[in-house]
Amino acid sequence: MKNINMPLTEETTKSLNAGDRVSISGTIFTGRDAAHKRMIEDLKRGKPLPFDINNQTIYYTGPTPTKPGQIIGSSGPTTSYRMDDYTPTLLDLGLRGMIGKGERSKEVVDSMIKNSAVYFAVIGGAGALISNSIKKVEIIAYEDLGTEAIRKLEVENLEGIVAIDSKGNNLYESKE
Amino acid sequence: MRHIKFEVIVEKVSEMCKKINYELSSDVINSIKLSRDKEKSELGKSILESLIENIDIAKEKQVPICQDTGMAVFFVEIGQDLVIAGNLKDAINEGVRKGYEEGYLRKSVVGDPLIRKNTDDNTPAVIHYDFVSGDRLKIKFAPKGFGSENMSRLKMLKPSDGVEGVKKFVLETVKRAGSNPCPPIVVGVGIGGTMDKASEISKLALFRSLDKSSDKTHIKELEDELLIEINKLGIGPQGLGGTTTALAVKIETFPTHIAGLPVAVNINCHAARHIEVII
Repeated sequence: MKNINMPLTEETTKSLNAGDRVSISGTIFTGRDAAHKRMIEDLKRGKPLPFDINNQTIYYTGPTPTKPGQIIGSSGPTTSYRMDDYTPTLLDLGLRGMIGKGERSKEVVDSMIKNSAVYFAVIGGAGALISNSIKKVEIIAYEDLGTEAIRKLEVENLEGIVAIDSKGNNLYESKE
Repeated sequence: MRHIKFEVIVEKVSEMCKKINYELSSDVINSIKLSRDKEKSELGKSILESLIENIDIAKEKQVPICQDTGMAVFFVEIGQDLVIAGNLKDAINEGVRKGYEEGYLRKSVVGDPLIRKNTDDNTPAVIHYDFVSGDRLKIKFAPKGFGSENMSRLKMLKPSDGVEGVKKFVLETVKRAGSNPCPPIVVGVGIGGTMDKASEISKLALFRSLDKSSDKTHIKELEDELLIEINKLGIGPQGLGGTTTALAVKIETFPTHIAGLPVAVNINCHAARHIEVII
């Protein structure tokens, strides 16, 4: 198990290989379908992104509402391919990592190689378990989108696996 | 004539919504545990172990197993000798509204598929009605997640495609779905009827207990054969390789037209949530 600190650096990213098991700690941002759509629309209108995306990692999740006494509701990954149309634009702007589940398009993988980025898979359908690794939550943008708002998360030992590395090696294609 | 109050339906539905999102039924838990014991891939085994851990945490803390608490799908059987005070559809939707709010479940429904504004209460539900004899109301509920729903497909086969065509289409659908629907999956198949009927019964198939096979011999054999073939695909838990791609294959059939052989494949993730109550 490799310990990874967020935000990522280019050096760390390049050292990761598909199949590496990782334990992720530090700051990451959430964003899924509606937030991606809005970020890209904002960019088209000449507006800046709601956070400095350089070296940051986006986790594709839309948590359940937080119960009293909880930090966050269940927050497992959503299927990543739905973000594929938007992802290369964000990678060109400095996005370094993505956390989700499932395969990505060729365009995304090509852009990951070009920009030295990494894609981690966490376990889909393990939302209750994963939320144990989330220690702090703050909505930072698009609050009107509810579960789809952009949240800044502090995570500790979020376990995952490198699904696609910065060289384009793809665990979904090779399997273990 | 037996009478059922509107509020009773609301309350029952609300309770079902919460319970099944927090606690999987024993048929599903047992099936995942059995798969863990049999899984050949070391990574696959550890993923299945994490899924079991997740199930335990969700039950203990009474929180959702998965953040996708689904679109609410119901199959209701209405006894003909029953009088329901008020509108049944409204009662079910009110139950969903209450259950999803009180249970801290995610509201995942947009009111218009193109405008895409969230309805903020997870309504409307998708409800299938059937009339039966007697004076009972049976409500079957499944919150359907869309990671797996998006991987579902329908094809209007020719009668000459036969059972081989059905098998080919099911396997092709599972293969194309790959890692996306959160394997190990449950595969619901609807064969026959019309385009809409095939889809409806493929969904109904997902409501069946995982330990129950079809009572038609040739269909049971097809379920068994397809499960073996699917697990040979090597997709494995989370699509990262292994011998557990599906937990079960459930097939429902319906008479069809002399010119047709509709087949629908409805995929469910491992969080195969289904529950029923009889009022």
